[in-house]
Amino acid sequence: MLPGFPDAMPLQGLAGGLMIGLSAAIMLLALGRIAGVSGLAARATGLSASGAPRGIAIAFILGLPLGALLISVISDGVQTTFPISPWPLIIGGLLVGFGTRLGSGCTSGHGVCGMSRLSPRSLFATAMFMASGFVTVGLLRMGGWL
Amino acid sequence: MVVKQTAIALAAGLIFGAGLAVSGMADPQRVQAFLDLFGAWDPTLAFVMGGAMIPMAIAWRIQRRMATPAAAGKFELPGTTGIDRRLAIGALIFGAGWGIGGLCPGPAIADLAIAPAPAAMFIAAMLAGMVVHKFAFR
Repeated sequence: MLPGFPDAMPLQGLAGGLMIGLSAAIMLLALGRIAGVSGLAARATGLSASGAPRGIAIAFILGLPLGALLISVISDGVQTTFPISPWPLIIGGLLVGFGTRLGSGCTSGHGVCGMSRLSPRSLFATAMFMASGFVTVGLLRMGGWL
Repeated sequence: MVVKQTAIALAAGLIFGAGLAVSGMADPQRVQAFLDLFGAWDPTLAFVMGGAMIPMAIAWRIQRRMATPAAAGKFELPGTTGIDRRLAIGALIFGAGWGIGGLCPGPAIADLAIAPAPAAMFIAAMLAGMVVHKFAFR
């Protein structure tokens, strides 16, 4: 599909990206809010005192697995390969939870919504978490963990 | 108004989750492969980001001409300035966790419908991390 990258899915990536952008556009133009999953998840679980009305946060969060389930049912299933050891999930989860609250956002809020808004805060945050991700995975590979 | 807003949020979440599944971003291995510059690099995530930018760049242009959102009283948007130490350190910590697990919050929650056991383990840890932040910084 993409020369040199046999595993890449450029067309599916673009199509799925358009859907993600459409979802964020609906949240912005209809409800006046950022589609930031970490913030909405914190709000839905009562871990954030500010943000979207609780009902909106819960509804959006519930929609995520429903949407993935829908695609899984109408296609041949959705491919996922998780780490075999629980430790990457536990350590990764702890860092993602703490870091997204401290940094006020994740890939959706800072990445999709903030970058498209050309928000200096979000452009900076996205550059930081991308760089950190590249370095972390690079170190994991150098250390023989991957 | 509340019922309508809840329905809109549910539909938006559903489209978002479907988009993650279609794009391959529900797969932690594929996301990690994007961050793996020295391994078998997979550029798919860049196409997803690029695709998501298109509707949102248009949406921000429309938003500037709207006095209020279509189905809510007012726009409630975060500020765009004020780069501080918390933002930097938080983003660095998030990026490290993202690389280690191959998961960020959206795909993790969407994967509850695809691979419930590992997704739930990641989400439990993620919520624990949020709890730590809540008690450390409030």
